[in-house]
Amino acid sequence: MSTAVSARAKTGDTEEAPLLQVRDLHVEFRTRDGVAKAVNGVNYSVRAGETLAILGESGSGKSVSSQAVMGILDSPPGFVTGGEIMFKGRDLLKLSNEERRKVRGAQMAMVFQDALSSLNPVHTVGTQLGEMYRVHKGSSRKDAKLKAIELMERVGIPGAKERVNQYPHQFSGGMRQRVMIAMALALEPDLIIADEPTTALDVTVQAQVMELLGDLQREYNMGLILITHDLGVVADVADKIAVMYAGRIVETAPVHELYARPAHPYTRGLLDSIPRLDQKGQELYAIKGLPPNLLRIPSGCAFNPRCPMAQDICRSEVPPLHAVTEQDGRALPGRGSACHFWKETLHG
Amino acid sequence: MASPVSSVPAEEAIEAAVEKPVERGEPILQVRDLEKHFPLTQGILIKKQVGAVKAVDGVSFDLYQGETLGIVGESGCGKSTLAKVLMNLERATAGQVLYKGEDISRASGRALKAIRRNIQMVFQDPYTSLNPRMTVGDIIGEPFEIHPEVAPKGDRRKAVQDLLDVVGLNPEYINRYPHQFSGGQRQRIGIARGLALKPEVIIADEPVSALDVSVQAQVINLLEQLQDEFNLSYMFIAHDLSIVRHISDRVGVMYLGKMVEIGSDEEIYEHPTHPYTQALLSAVPVPDPSGREGRERILLSGDIPSPANPPSGCRFRTRCWKAQEKCSIDVPLLAVPEVFRGQSTPAAHASACHFAEDVDVVGAG
Repeated sequence: MSTAVSARAKTGDTEEAPLLQVRDLHVEFRTRDGVAKAVNGVNYSVRAGETLAILGESGSGKSVSSQAVMGILDSPPGFVTGGEIMFKGRDLLKLSNEERRKVRGAQMAMVFQDALSSLNPVHTVGTQLGEMYRVHKGSSRKDAKLKAIELMERVGIPGAKERVNQYPHQFSGGMRQRVMIAMALALEPDLIIADEPTTALDVTVQAQVMELLGDLQREYNMGLILITHDLGVVADVADKIAVMYAGRIVETAPVHELYARPAHPYTRGLLDSIPRLDQKGQELYAIKGLPPNLLRIPSGCAFNPRCPMAQDICRSEVPPLHAVTEQDGRALPGRGSACHFWKETLHG
Repeated sequence: MASPVSSVPAEEAIEAAVEKPVERGEPILQVRDLEKHFPLTQGILIKKQVGAVKAVDGVSFDLYQGETLGIVGESGCGKSTLAKVLMNLERATAGQVLYKGEDISRASGRALKAIRRNIQMVFQDPYTSLNPRMTVGDIIGEPFEIHPEVAPKGDRRKAVQDLLDVVGLNPEYINRYPHQFSGGQRQRIGIARGLALKPEVIIADEPVSALDVSVQAQVINLLEQLQDEFNLSYMFIAHDLSIVRHISDRVGVMYLGKMVEIGSDEEIYEHPTHPYTQALLSAVPVPDPSGREGRERILLSGDIPSPANPPSGCRFRTRCWKAQEKCSIDVPLLAVPEVFRGQSTPAAHASACHFAEDVDVVGAG
């Protein structure tokens, strides 16, 4: 497998065009109770070798936006209603289902949260891994099995030769997640989307799996989109972050700057609500109120009912993603904040 | 196997003990060599026991009045089974649970009813632990049906509304159903139900792990505020180490059915001496990207062994980088390690390791 990797030419990523660029993406769910606007104009990009973390709470649209990118949105009720998804120079939304299928798995792959329910319980792990080669590359059963063993060794599953014939329930949680990663890697994609890959795992196993993902990403120079709600995991691995709230990106920043100087009150609230060593015994900072109902997103800035800084303008006007600059006007590359008062938030 | 070792304690003794006041700082719950083994059987008609899952295997600790004891550990370490045994939802296989000095692990009838009033539980999942067909008022008021002496019939509605107010919900929501609330609000309902009988001890099993980050802090603050207001003792079970540190006075670390280390929060977090605690602390992702390159991480190899067939000697030895021959023979006892005995360092706390060493893995200083 390693020879195939080194021989592979990376053509997707050039200086001017990132590997993946999502522009003004809109997704809605048409339900009996009304239209739930899950994603409302999202923009982001990922370059080869780069890790973008999409951070958000449940209902923020972080998973839905990546399902739209991957093309696995449940439709109906979900519909992509606008925007474009440029991947290696092509708009994925304009491709036919047949063409889309060729991209999926081969060029972009996904690692899901719950490995047990993502694997088929009645087929061996080897069959499921080998299926990638049989379907996409037309390999024989024998070759596919050899490839599967190779992959399992690559992701650090001990005793791969014996375990290739075992079923998913015979694997532990961490090992199952390794199988999922192996499956995503099988066809050497350019982009991996990992949706809460370690949420179901224990901390010691979580550390192993994140380390593995990072190593593989460096080795194959892949783009990685990490979807999570865990501020700790993000701080460990991400290069840049997009914070989502109610279907919009409210802040983007390189990882170090976001944690040091948040420019959106929601991000600041999230960071402040993590228990810290120096404030033991004190009350934790808590963002008041609840995340909004997507059927009835508040007018203006969706965060305004929970925001300590909200003014009249926040209730009437949706803030665009402002480019964030230093006080003296110096540009801060990669930083943006969808807050009318980003200056006050950032510069105090 | 589960035959009672000692005689059934007199109901009267327990009922009398329940009324006894406990001074702040005195032990309210003492757990001694507690074991819970689940039998593994083979055969359909003639069942034959072929082994046992040793979910809790010889655990001892004290819970003091007014304190919060955090219990941490990975899935399968027995922390939830421990909670169930303390609640008498599962019968202990062996060992004792002393509540104010009386063994309650084999209590039944009136005595059990009296204990349950004083030891209440808050569950992890606010979605499945509330009956969807009951209104919030019925859910919170249900404990009063069993213990009518706490709130006489005429006062119940008022009592429920007071409870809703205490946990920060609008008292007018009394006739709503659980599905009309968000996750954080449902957890508040679960807490209100736990508080209804004015208990002394609350056992909270992962009370915030199903909640969003921005809502977790609200519930943690509520729990702390209620503790001050009602003078409660908490046993707080969680896998999130930073939340446990924030809320706990003392912390116990469990691995494969055993308590491997216990001490004050400072002792455990800044001077862990058991290798498992050190690995656990170093594996926690720190929400601060500065210095992430320099951070040393102890990566454990492999997974937790099966509790049906635990390793001999020290249970952690199969994943431990310090393991030697002694570890496979001698079971290390939970006591202050010999190297620290008699010293006044924070490292001198109970740790079940033959080769205990004081290592600051978090770098908190």
